[in-house]
Amino acid sequence: MNRILAFTFSFMLLGISQIVFAQNAANENENASVLHQNGQIYLVVLVLLTIFAGIIFYLIRLEKKLNKLEKKEN
Amino acid sequence: MAKYWWKILTTIILAYVIVVGILIKIPYLPKLKESIRNLFYHVPMWYVMLFCFLMSVIYSILYLRKNHLKYDVISNEFVVVGLWFGALGMVTGMEWAYIQWGAPWSNDPKQVGAALTLLIYLAYTILRSSLPDADKRGRLAAVYNIFSFALLIPLVYIIPSHLASLHPGSDNKPFEALKTQDHMLRYVSLPAMLGWIMLGLWIFDIRLRLKKIELPEIFTHE
Repeated sequence: MNRILAFTFSFMLLGISQIVFAQNAANENENASVLHQNGQIYLVVLVLLTIFAGIIFYLIRLEKKLNKLEKKEN
Repeated sequence: MAKYWWKILTTIILAYVIVVGILIKIPYLPKLKESIRNLFYHVPMWYVMLFCFLMSVIYSILYLRKNHLKYDVISNEFVVVGLWFGALGMVTGMEWAYIQWGAPWSNDPKQVGAALTLLIYLAYTILRSSLPDADKRGRLAAVYNIFSFALLIPLVYIIPSHLASLHPGSDNKPFEALKTQDHMLRYVSLPAMLGWIMLGLWIFDIRLRLKKIELPEIFTHE
């Protein structure tokens, strides 16, 4: 179960990076992609969201482990 | 799935706070500038800490009244979670002060008050872990916790508001900052407060369930 989750999560991240780099190639001169806008604040939002997703992902994994322990106890 | 709904809600609220809190248009503030956005991230850390310590003192009083060890354990778990968030508030505050005041530490009343609070509660965890007898530990920790909470409010709110503090919002009465905030900021700062407190509760929930497995004899006898 955990392995499947880890796989899907890493594929999701792979997908996101593909999207980011695809936009990079397409808009090299136009500077029009959201992540490439002037102050690049959207980039920071993406970074924050990634960190946040990581923390939540970790909390969910802890929940799973705890659930297993709780089932064993009962 | 039914018991997970508030954790999903926490994730959604905090994702909203992160995205909107960074992208929202802020009023022009000559001193604070963009750092007003810390209102959505640094300030809630202290609200989580206050919330946890409040819950902790409630369970301490419950313990003294009902004399059931599970209240003592719950109270302690709340203090530990509160301390973590307080430490995060401290570090983020020092990062902010390094840029805004020129030094991470300048003995500002607000900083000293917060540091004293953290030290008092740190002493609580040390006191509690140094006593081997569960009943004695519970009673001492509960009484100490009530005294700490009695000191917490003056140290964090009342004393800094009477001394010359550079900290934003210090010249106001407690919670006055929320009323004077720009209309738009409230759409983020209130959900931020709620979301971060819920994250604290989530971590507390995990810690408490661990304790329930660790100490089944306390939690199974109702």
